[in-house]
Amino acid sequence: MTEQSNEGPLVLVVEDYQDAREMYAAYLQFSGYRVAEATNGLEAIEKTIELMPDIILMDLALPKVDGWEATKRLKSDERTKHIPIVALTGHALAGFAEGAREAGCDSFVTKPCLPDALVAEVRRMLAEAGSRERGKPVNGPAGRRRQ
Amino acid sequence: MRRSAAATAVQLTGVDSEAKLALVEFMLTTTDLQVSARRAVDWLASHTGVKKAIVAVAEPDSSPLLLVAERGMSSAAIADFSVSRDDAVHPLIRAMDRPDPTYFDVSNDHFRAPIEGLPFHAIPLRADDATVSHGLLMTSAVGPELHPDIAWLARTLGRQVARLTSTQTLAQTRFGQERMLLYSIINAVTDPILLTDTEGKLIIANTHAEKLFAAPEDAGEGWRRAAGLNNMLFSAALSTNAVGPNEMARRELLLVDPLEGSDLLFELLSSRATDERQGTYVVSILRNVTDLARAKEEIEESYRTLRLAQAEVRDERHRLDLIIDSVADPILVTDQEGDIVLMNEPAERLFTAAKSASDAELRRVHANGAHLTSFVSNVLTRSGEQRYRGEIQLTDPVSGRLAPVEGLAGQILSEQGELMWVVTILHDLTEAHEKARLFEQLKQASAELERKVQEATAELAEQNELLRRQHIALEQASALKSQFLANMSHEFRTPLNAILGYTHMLLNGVSGPVSEAQRKSLTRIDSNSQHLLALINDILDITRIEAGRMPLNVSTFKIAALVEEVMSELEPIIKRSNLSVRAIMPRTLPPLKSDRQKVKQIVLNLLSNALKFTPAGSVRITATYDAKDRTIGIAVADTGVGIAPDDRVKVFEDFRQLDSSPARGYGGTGLGLSICRRLSQMLGGTIDLESEVGKGSTFTLHLPARAKKR
Repeated sequence: MTEQSNEGPLVLVVEDYQDAREMYAAYLQFSGYRVAEATNGLEAIEKTIELMPDIILMDLALPKVDGWEATKRLKSDERTKHIPIVALTGHALAGFAEGAREAGCDSFVTKPCLPDALVAEVRRMLAEAGSRERGKPVNGPAGRRRQ
Repeated sequence: MRRSAAATAVQLTGVDSEAKLALVEFMLTTTDLQVSARRAVDWLASHTGVKKAIVAVAEPDSSPLLLVAERGMSSAAIADFSVSRDDAVHPLIRAMDRPDPTYFDVSNDHFRAPIEGLPFHAIPLRADDATVSHGLLMTSAVGPELHPDIAWLARTLGRQVARLTSTQTLAQTRFGQERMLLYSIINAVTDPILLTDTEGKLIIANTHAEKLFAAPEDAGEGWRRAAGLNNMLFSAALSTNAVGPNEMARRELLLVDPLEGSDLLFELLSSRATDERQGTYVVSILRNVTDLARAKEEIEESYRTLRLAQAEVRDERHRLDLIIDSVADPILVTDQEGDIVLMNEPAERLFTAAKSASDAELRRVHANGAHLTSFVSNVLTRSGEQRYRGEIQLTDPVSGRLAPVEGLAGQILSEQGELMWVVTILHDLTEAHEKARLFEQLKQASAELERKVQEATAELAEQNELLRRQHIALEQASALKSQFLANMSHEFRTPLNAILGYTHMLLNGVSGPVSEAQRKSLTRIDSNSQHLLALINDILDITRIEAGRMPLNVSTFKIAALVEEVMSELEPIIKRSNLSVRAIMPRTLPPLKSDRQKVKQIVLNLLSNALKFTPAGSVRITATYDAKDRTIGIAVADTGVGIAPDDRVKVFEDFRQLDSSPARGYGGTGLGLSICRRLSQMLGGTIDLESEVGKGSTFTLHLPARAKKR
C-alpha cells in the first residue's frame, strides 16, 4: 500500500501497530492522499523534517519517543510547528484529550476509528489549515472521491 | 449683858411673831425642863429649818452634861454623848463658858462633835444677865452667821433653863435622858411599833407607826382617810383577838399605805405589858410582809416552774435513755477517773458479765475494760484534745471472737470548762474489715480483668493493623486489577480496530467490488465486532468508575437541549421503531449543574432501552423540578413489555438482560443500566423504576440541581 500519487496532500501516518498503520495508509491513498509512514516518535520527527507533510496522524502510545513527546518537539520547531497534528488515542478520556492538546495536537480521534471517520477528520483539518493560510491553494482529494 | 423685854419684842420680827409668842407662853406654863427643851428643838425645826439640834444642860455643881432634847440625831450619837463640866479645855465646855455663840466647822475634828458631818453653832444657855451658863444649844449651821431667830430661841430657852435647873432634880434629868434614848431606839426600828391601852387607844407610836396611823395637819384628804381606816383596822384586829397576858399573838393585818394608796400586808405581833403604876398596855409590832408575800408567791411560781422543768428533764432523760439504748453501737460514759458511769445495752454485752459467767468470759470482760480505759485515757491526758479516734481490739466475751472496733471518745465539759465526762462510741469494724477484704478481692479481679482487656485490646489492635495492611493490599490489588482491565481493553481494541477498519474498507470497495454474499458476511463481521467493541467500552467504563478514574466535569447546561441532542442521535432508531416519541420540558425548568457528558450517557441509555423494549405505542421524556429538594427528575416512560416486580432490582445488575433469547433480538451489552446506576451515584443521584408487565416501564433519573464537585 505504498503507491504514491503525486497530486494529493502528504499525510504522515505515525503508528507502531503495522496492521492499523497500513490500513489507514491504504484508505488515505484510496481517498486520494499521498502517505508517508513512521513507526515511532523519533522516526516521525525525522520524516517530518525530511518530507514536510501537510498533516500528521500521530498515535500517542509509541515506542522510543512517544506521541506526546514527538508532538511537543515538532510544535516547538519553527520549521514544523505549522503542520497540523491529529492525535490517535485509544483512551477516550478527557485526560488523554487534554494531554494531547497540551502537547500541541490540533485535534484528536479516538480509536477504534473507522477509516471513513479518520479521512473525514483529515479533510476537515486540512481545510481549516488552508483557511488559516489564505492564498495557499488547498490540494484536496475531494474531487477524486466524488468521482 | 442685860436685855429688856422690849428688846426681846423687837427681836420678834424674823419669824411669825405669833409663833414666838406661843412658845414664850408655853415656856411660862411648863415646869418640865425636858419638855421645854424638846419644844424648843421642835420649834427650831419647824420655824428656822435647822436639821439637827441638841440641848444639853449641866447642874452647876455636877460634872457631866446631860442631853435633854435632840432632833435628827442617831441613837449611837445620843448614847455616846459624854462631856464633863470639869473638862475645862473641851471645846464644848469652853464654848459654854463664852458669852457668845461659838461656830464649829466640819474641819474641826479634834474632838467628837455630837452633830456629825455638819458645821454647827454651840450657843451657851444662861439667864439674861447671868455669867454662869447652864447648858448648851447646838444647832446645825449653813455658815458662821447665826440666824437671829436661833439666837432669840437660845435666849428664851436659856431663861427657861436657868429658871428650871434650880428646881429640877438631877434624877429627873437623868431619867429624861434615858427616855429620850428609848424614843430614839424605838424610832430607829424600821417596823412600826405602837403602845396602846387595852382598848386600842394610842399612847406611844414610833415615827413609822405615825406614818401609818397619824396624818399631819397639812396632809391631804386621802392620807387622813387612810390613817383613819388604818386605825379602825388596827383596833378591830386588837379587839377581835384578845391578847392574853404573857403571850404573843400573831396575826395578819392588811393596811393601806397612806402615801401610795396600795395594800400593805403586816404581820401583827401583840403582847401585853403591865406596869404597876400605869396599868396594862398592849405593845404591837407590825412587820411588813407585803414583800414577803410577794416573794412567797414568786417562790411558789419558781417551784412550779422547777417542777415542770424537772418533769421535762425526766422525760428528756427517758428519751435519751431510749435513744442510747436503741443505738446498735456501744456507747459509754466515763468519769474523770475513767470509771464507767453509764452505758447502753450493746456496751454492756462487751464490758459486763453476769455473775454466772465463766472464768474465760470474766477475763475477756476485764481485758475489754482495760482496753477501753487505755483508749479513754487519750482524751483524759492529752490536754487540749477534745476528741480522739482510734481502733480498739476487743473480744466478744461470750464467743471469744475478736471484735475490732473503731472508737470515738469526746470530752464533755462543764460551763466552766472542766472535764466532766468522756463519751465513747464504739463502732464494730468486723463488717468494715470484711468489706475491705472483699474490696481488695474486687480490686484484684478488676486488675485481672483490666489486664485481660488490655491483652484483648492489644490483640485487636494487632488484628486491626493486619486488616489495615490487608486492606491496603486489597486496594493495591484492586487498582492493579483495574489497571489490568484498562490495559486489556486497550489491547483488545487495537486488533478490533484493524478488524473493523478492514471490514469497512472491504465494504467500501477499496479492494474492488464485493458480491452480495460477501457483503452479507462482511456485515455480520462488522456487527459482531461492533458488539464486541461496545462490550469492551462498557467494561472499561465500569472499571474506570470503580477504580475512581472517572473524573467529573461539572458545568451548567439546559436539559431541554441535552434531550434534543439525545433524540437526534437516536433519530435513525426512532424512525425505524414507528413509535411516538415526545419530550415534555417545562419552560420554568432551571438549568442543571452536573457532568453533561454523563447525564447525556444516562439519558441516551434509558431512551435507547425504551425504544428497544417497546414494540408499539409511545415513549415520553419528561423533566421536572422539585423546588423543595432542589432536585431535577428526568423520566423516560414507555408502553413496552414492562418488568416484573421480582426483576426490578436485577435489571441494574451487571450483564443482565432479563431473557437471554430476546437479548439477541434487542442487542446491547447488558451493562447499560448497571453503568447508568453507577454514573447517577457519581452525580449524587438515583434511578427509580416503576413498571407493570405488558403495560410499560418508567425509569426516572433524579439528580441534584447543583452537583457538588467530588
